[in-house]
Amino acid sequence: MLDLIVSTLTQGFIYALLSFGVYITYSVLDFPDLSVDGTFPLGAAVTAVLLLKGMNPWLTLVCAALAGAVAGLCTGLIHVKLGVRDLLAGIITMTALSSVNLLIAGSNLTVERAVDTIFTSAPVMAVLGGLTLSGRKLVVSLVLVVVVKLVLDLYFRTKSGLLLRAVGDNGTLVTTLAQNKGNMKILGVVLANALVALCGGVLCQEQRSYSAVMGIGQVVFGLATVIIGVSLIRFFVGSRAAQGMRKIPVLRFLASPKGTTAVLLGSVLYKFCIQIAINAGLPANMLKFITAVLFLLVLVIAGRRGEEIIHA
Amino acid sequence: MLEIKNLTKIYNPGTVTELKLFDGLDLTVPDGQFISIVGSNGSGKTSLLNIICGSIPLDGGDVLVDGKSIRKQRDFQRYASIGRVYQNPALGTCPNLTMLENLSLADNKGKRFGLSQGVNKKRVDFYRSELAGLGLGLEDKLDIKMGALSGGQRQAVALLMATLTPLKFLILDEHTAALDPKTAETIMVLTGKVVKEKGLTAMMVTHNLRYALEYGDRLLMLDRGKIVVDRAGEEKTQMTTEEILQVFGQLSMQ
Repeated sequence: MLDLIVSTLTQGFIYALLSFGVYITYSVLDFPDLSVDGTFPLGAAVTAVLLLKGMNPWLTLVCAALAGAVAGLCTGLIHVKLGVRDLLAGIITMTALSSVNLLIAGSNLTVERAVDTIFTSAPVMAVLGGLTLSGRKLVVSLVLVVVVKLVLDLYFRTKSGLLLRAVGDNGTLVTTLAQNKGNMKILGVVLANALVALCGGVLCQEQRSYSAVMGIGQVVFGLATVIIGVSLIRFFVGSRAAQGMRKIPVLRFLASPKGTTAVLLGSVLYKFCIQIAINAGLPANMLKFITAVLFLLVLVIAGRRGEEIIHA
Repeated sequence: MLEIKNLTKIYNPGTVTELKLFDGLDLTVPDGQFISIVGSNGSGKTSLLNIICGSIPLDGGDVLVDGKSIRKQRDFQRYASIGRVYQNPALGTCPNLTMLENLSLADNKGKRFGLSQGVNKKRVDFYRSELAGLGLGLEDKLDIKMGALSGGQRQAVALLMATLTPLKFLILDEHTAALDPKTAETIMVLTGKVVKEKGLTAMMVTHNLRYALEYGDRLLMLDRGKIVVDRAGEEKTQMTTEEILQVFGQLSMQ
C-alpha cells in the first residue's frame, strides 16, 4: 500500500513538469498547444538514446529540454510568422514529431540496469544512498519539481514574466506597450515545450524505457491537471478558511496559492484518481478511456472552461 | 508633427462590396494640438486612427511623423511614441493582473522587458500619487485585480497607463462611449487635464458633440472619408452644437 502511494506520488511529481508546460501555454498564454503529445516522447527519445551512449543522466535532461524548446520554437514560428492558427500549428508539429521520434529512438527503447539514471547517479547515491530505489525516486522527483516550480514563480515576477502573462490576458495592451506580442508567444511556447520534454526525459529515466506512443493523451492529461488545480484553488481562495488565513500574517502567503502550486496539486490528484481506477480492477487498455472521461468530468464540474485563470 | 498625405484606403478591393473610404486625404497635426473628430458611423474616424497606429494597412499615400515616413513600421513599433485609449475599457488594462502590475508594465514602456524584478517597489508612492490625481479613490487598491474594478475605473487607469511614459501622440478612440454619462464626464475632465498638463498632441474621436466642442483646440468632421469641417482656434470656440447638427443634417440629406 505504502509502495503504491510512494510510486503514485512520484508519478504525480514527474508529470507536474508537463503540467507546468501546459499551464504556461493554455493558462498564461491562452494558447491551446497540441505539440505536447509530440514533445513529451521527444524528450524521452533524446534521453534514452543519450543515456545508452553513456552521457551523464543530468546532461541528457538538459538535451531533452533543448530538443523540446526547438520543437516549441517550430510551433511558435508556424503560428506567429506563418499565420497558422494556434491549434493547427501544434498539430503540425506534433505530427512531424512522431516521425522525428521514430528516427531518433525507433518505436521502443529500453535502458538497461547497468546504465546510471538520475536516480542512481553518484551524487544522488552519496546523499540518498540509504533509501530504497522508490524512496530515491520520490525525493529526487520532488526536489526537481519544486526547483522548477520556484524558478517559474521567480520568472513570472520578472518584467519578461509579467509581459508574458499580459500577452495571454490582453494582447492589445502588449502592442500598445510597443512590444511584439508574437515574440512573447514564441518564448512562452518554447519554454512550455522545454518543460514537457524535460518531463518525458525524467519519466524515461524513472521507468527505464521509451516508447513512441507514450505521448498519446498527454495534452489531455496536462489540460485536466491545470483545470483541476486552478478550479480547486479558485474554490479555496473564495472559502472561509482562506479568508481566515489572510488575517494571520504567518499564514497569509498560503491563502492565495500560486498557479504553479495549483497545477502541481492537480497533477498529483489526477495520478491518484487514475491509480484508484486501476486498483479497482480497470484493465490497462481502458486507461486512456478513463483519462478522457475523467477530463470530461473535470470540465463539467469546473463549470467553465478554465477561462478565468488564477495567474502565478 | 503628424502629417497624413494623399491617403488612400480601399476596403474589399475588386469585389462588389468595394468601398473606397479615403481617396487622397491630407491632414497635418502640429505638435501640442488637441483635435476632436466627429462624423457619422462609417465616415472613417476610427479607420483614420487605425491607419495612424498601423492597426490596418493603407493602400496609398503616407503617414509622416516629424517629416519621416512611418509607413513601413509595424503597429507595436509605432506605439513607442503613441499612447492609445480604446472605447472598450477592457482593452486598456490586463484584467487578471493587479493594478500595481498593470502600472508597472506601463511604467516600463520604452525599456527592455528583461529578467529584472517586474514590480519596482520604489515606484509605488509615485503610482499612488498618480492614482490619487484621478480622484476615484483608487490609490489604496494597488493589489486588486483590474478585472474587479468598474468600467469607469478601468478606463481611468487605462488613460493613466497610456500617458505614464513620455509620448508624442495620444489617440482616444471613442474612449467615453461605453461609460455612463457621469463616468464619461469624469473621464473627459481627466483627459482634458492630462492633455493640458503634459502638453500632449491628441486626436479624439467622439460621438458626443458637446465634448467635441468643449475639449480640444481643433474640430474635424469627417464624412465618407473626407474632411467636411475643419475649425481651429477662435473659429472653433464660436461653434455651437446646433451648427454641427445642421451640417450633419445636410450631409445625411445628400
